[in-house]
Amino acid sequence: MTQHDTLPPLLRVQNLGCAYGARTVVRDISFDLWPGEVLAVVGESGSGKSTLLNAVAARHTPSTGQVAFALKDGDLQDIYAMTEAQRRMLARTDWGFVHQNAADGLRMNVSAGANVAERLMALGQRHYGNLRAQASDWLERVEISPSRMDDRPDTFSGGMRQRLQIARNLITQPRLVFMDEPTSGLDVSVQARLLDMLRMLTRQMGLAAIIVTHDLAVARLLAQRMLVMQGGVAVETGLTDQVLDDPQHPYTQLLVSSVLQP
Amino acid sequence: MISKSPSAPLLHMQAVSKQFVLHLQSSTSLSVLQDFDLQLLPGECVRLSGPSGMGKSTVLKLAFGNYRATAGHILVRSTEGEMVDITQANARTVLRLRSQSMGYVSQFLRVIPRVAAIDIVAEPLLEAGGTPFTPAQARELAGQWLQRLRIAPSLWQLPPATFSGGEQQRINIARSFIKPRPLLLLDEPTASLDPENTQTVIELIAEARAQGVGILGIFHDQVVAQAVASRTVAMQAISPAP
Repeated sequence: MTQHDTLPPLLRVQNLGCAYGARTVVRDISFDLWPGEVLAVVGESGSGKSTLLNAVAARHTPSTGQVAFALKDGDLQDIYAMTEAQRRMLARTDWGFVHQNAADGLRMNVSAGANVAERLMALGQRHYGNLRAQASDWLERVEISPSRMDDRPDTFSGGMRQRLQIARNLITQPRLVFMDEPTSGLDVSVQARLLDMLRMLTRQMGLAAIIVTHDLAVARLLAQRMLVMQGGVAVETGLTDQVLDDPQHPYTQLLVSSVLQP
Repeated sequence: MISKSPSAPLLHMQAVSKQFVLHLQSSTSLSVLQDFDLQLLPGECVRLSGPSGMGKSTVLKLAFGNYRATAGHILVRSTEGEMVDITQANARTVLRLRSQSMGYVSQFLRVIPRVAAIDIVAEPLLEAGGTPFTPAQARELAGQWLQRLRIAPSLWQLPPATFSGGEQQRINIARSFIKPRPLLLLDEPTASLDPENTQTVIELIAEARAQGVGILGIFHDQVVAQAVASRTVAMQAISPAP
């Protein structure tokens, strides 16, 4: 038990703050994330969830604090102290980023297969047959028929695009994936399928993930831990079921009691 | 598998209190448990008794780390034999205790909509943490549990959302018993079961006890309670704050 806790985390966020000009949108957020853990960040629109996600994922330079990621050798490295090239390398190998709107995370004018294989090509893989075989395997894993490999994503439905985006991110076997409202905007039936898939993939690959969502049911099903944000501040953290079943902070109580139970 | 020292408790609750502060209702404070003490030894089945609203389910949820105690200590024995205070433990430690040391059967099944019943039952065997089961082996074992709990094979590949209350409860029981853990928390496990399946659950509890599992449960049915419980703890109303 204790011996396990001495393992270093995969990601360590310390006193993170973000400001746009004079306006502070994220204030003093700290958390650790270990391999295989899924953390849900919940809160209403404008609470700073997406800004936090972008700052942790090296997409928006924070104004204060540190984000450290454990490189393959286990050393925690401040990602904002790295060179731009190192950071970009990290972002396209060890990390994934799933956007709310799949069109933001895909190239809509190239084939599905090319979308999925792009990160492998960026790593220097050139063998066409291998690339195609891996792309086909990943299309299947996200339940897209490989016969659609040569079709462009703009011919795909919303749910398929989202699954394509996930395949594109997971093909390099990242250790950490960031997801910004991955299931919103999808039909409920499509949502359930995507949730099931995400849960299976995170478990099979031992993937750690940070998921920003306003949907508490999604958070309950996917995440072991939860961070509740209000006005840029983390007002409550804990195990997902603790936070949802025994909310302590007035805002969390409001959030939980406002959900319609179908 | 289970206990090396049969006299050491699996669960020790010390002066545990639980108070809910309802911030949206002008910060009304609800006291549901006060200075509650309990020790549970391997092989025991302790029944929490008393009318509704006495905090029986709260005790189970506190022990599982689902509710956060307002005061007191809740020690759970880890597989390494350490007593871990889950009121102080971090999230990862609680998750590990849940995966290895304690199971909880709630009255409700809460799962992802699309997943087949057999996979829901098999899931605890495939959780991260290096279990020795392949997916095929886990499914096979899940099938045996479903069979024992009389879930028709025609239902195994279906998601349980459409199942009857009794069927869902049996899925929940199978899912919890499939992975033997030294401490089991049961919240009315037979509430919606027919006599035949109730009898099966009584047998399962007896078998678990014989293996040294400690059980803390709520059993409203007198017949079940008498058949399974080795000891009863009567929950009492909390005297209103002065």
